[in-house]
Formats: sequence, C-alpha cells, structure tokens
Amino acid sequence: MATTATAPTTKSWGGGKSPFNVEYGKVMMWYFLMSDAFTFGAFLISYGTIRFSTNGWPDPNEVFKSFPFAPEGMNAPLVFVSIMTFILIISSVTMVLAVQAGHNMDKKGVVKNLIWTIIGGIAFLSCQAWEWNHLHHEGAWWGSNPFLNHDGTASSTNFTNYFFTITGFHGFHVFSGVIINVIMLIMAMTNKFEERGHYLMIEKAGLYWHFVDLVWVFVFTCFYLI
Amino acid sequence: MSHTAEHQEHAGGGTKEIIRITVILTVLTIVELIIGFWMIDIPLSSVGLRLALKGTIVILMMAKAFYIVAYFMHLKHEMKNLIMTIVVPLALFIWFIIAFLYDGNSFKNLRNTYDPYFKEQSTIKVEKKAHGAAEKHDNSKEAKKASH
Repeated sequence: MATTATAPTTKSWGGGKSPFNVEYGKVMMWYFLMSDAFTFGAFLISYGTIRFSTNGWPDPNEVFKSFPFAPEGMNAPLVFVSIMTFILIISSVTMVLAVQAGHNMDKKGVVKNLIWTIIGGIAFLSCQAWEWNHLHHEGAWWGSNPFLNHDGTASSTNFTNYFFTITGFHGFHVFSGVIINVIMLIMAMTNKFEERGHYLMIEKAGLYWHFVDLVWVFVFTCFYLI
Repeated sequence: MSHTAEHQEHAGGGTKEIIRITVILTVLTIVELIIGFWMIDIPLSSVGLRLALKGTIVILMMAKAFYIVAYFMHLKHEMKNLIMTIVVPLALFIWFIIAFLYDGNSFKNLRNTYDPYFKEQSTIKVEKKAHGAAEKHDNSKEAKKASH
C-alpha cells in the first residue's frame, strides 16, 4: 500500500492505477458535497452582503435567548443553541465510530453507532422545531420581523428571511441525513453489507453527515455568534 | 476494488485520533461561546474590540471546519490528487467573500451619502413593543401567554 500512496503524483495519471485511490461513489459524493458547499456558501455570502449594506442589525443575544420549559421572559442567550451545536458534534463523532466499525467489519458496532447518530439527528431537528415554533409565536417569520436592531432602530425583514431560509435549508439537510442513516441502518441490520464484503457505503453516508455538521459550524457562527 | 481494500488499511489514526479531534472541537466551541458571552456586555460603541472578537470567532470557525474536513471526513489521509480537486475550487470562496462583502459595504456607504431617508431611518430609535409592525405580533404573544 505504501508504495501506491507515496508514489509521485506525476505518475498517478499514467494509467494502471486509480489516480484518486478511492472508489467511484466516494469521489462523486465529494463532488456533490462541493456543489452543496457552493449553494450554502452563496446563501451565507448573500446574507453577509445584505448585512454589510445595512446600518443596523438585530442582536442575536436579544433574539435567541429562550429555552424550552423556561419561564416566559427568561434571559438565557446562547445556551439553547450551544446545546444544539454539541448534539451535532457528538452525532458526528458517533458517525466516525460507525465508519470505523465498518472498516473492521464489526456489524454490531456499525448498528450501535448508527442508532446513536440517528438519535442525535432527531434530537437536533426537535431542537430546531422548538426554536422555529418559539420564534414564530414571537411574530418572526418570512416577511415579518418583530425584533429591533441592536442600537434600538427599526429593523428590516432581511434578518428573519435569511434566518429561516438558511437554517431551514440546513435543517432539511439534517432531515435527509437522518433518512440516509436510517437506510444505512436497515441495510446493515439486514446484512446487505456483510454480503457485499465491505461497508464502504457507510463512508459515503458519513461524508454527507459530516458535511451537515460542517455547515452548522458556519451557520451557528454567522447567525448566533457574530 | 483492490485499491479500496488496500486503502482501508492506512486509514486514519484510529480511536485515539477520533477522541483527540472530539476534544479539540469541543474546546474550540467552548472558546467561541466564551467570547460570545463576553461580547454580550461589550457596548456597541467599542467597535474595534467587537470587530476583533468577531474576527477571532471566524478564525476559530475556520479551525473547526479544518478539523471536521481533515479528520472526520478523512480528507487529510487521502491522496494529494483528491485533496487538490476539492480544495482548489473552494478557494474561489476567498474571492467571493471579499468581493461581495466589499460590494455590500460600498452600497451602504452610497446610500448613506445619497439617500437621506435611508440615513434618517437608521438614526430614529423605536420604542420596544409599541410601534407599527411589532404591535401585531405582540397580540399573538399575549394570546400565547393567555393560553398558558
């Protein structure tokens, strides 16, 4: 193996071996994720452009300060969203563990870690559903922004439009990721991968799931922190 | 398939590496949150400090992104060919971000200079929960409170 991995790259295209040294599906998953990165990038850059072209912007600590089951008017900025962030990071870790178990042909490990990943995904979606519902009750939605700018001046609907569009698009990705992981779980449990002799498909699902986590790193920073 | 079979053998650094990356990601997130909490108490008037903290958060964000892509998505252990085919196109983002944010900022300056209404709107303070658009939503909030 070491000889193929460390071979000079100029010889990679000389034929006789795979220039990327990964299977076709994985290369295509990478290219899909790259296109998805451009989609999210376009969304976030558009958000940044609008924010830079406006004089004021709502303070995230003022908007995202509530917590489930907490008394009305409680002031807990950043707390709920940091829990969401950790849920997604941990579910990413269990996904890596599932991929690793797949390398070792350890069916039990794959199933166990996939279940944890799915639970993490569902937990994240539930948190997001609660937050959307809460904001909607406060009067925030596409085209309606009840919050003021940080400096106390009137705010435009750009803030809520971008928030719901981008977190919604990300939430939809989490949802698809959960569906993909459920399919992987069913395939693992019905010995589909054992019959094939490898768990490579888990790796592709894993790439997608990590990408969802990666996007959240950016969304979390852009909307909740800065 | 022989390539992929071989490929698995040199994959990553095992469980130890996963734990290491998990700890790094957790610590980076906690540092981000500490800065976020700190920023709550910093007044809007100290523009420079707020900007510096936001810049720090963005750098930490990039570090988190690197660790997720390099280790969780395993890109660091792939061949250089594959790394380049992913990373080089994404370098376009550097140009996109600079160009579009600069454009947005320039548009704001133009409007502040030539559009007196735009400028005026951003200086009028609005009373909380008393005016215009906010009023309608207050009703729904009151209704929600009542139903509790």
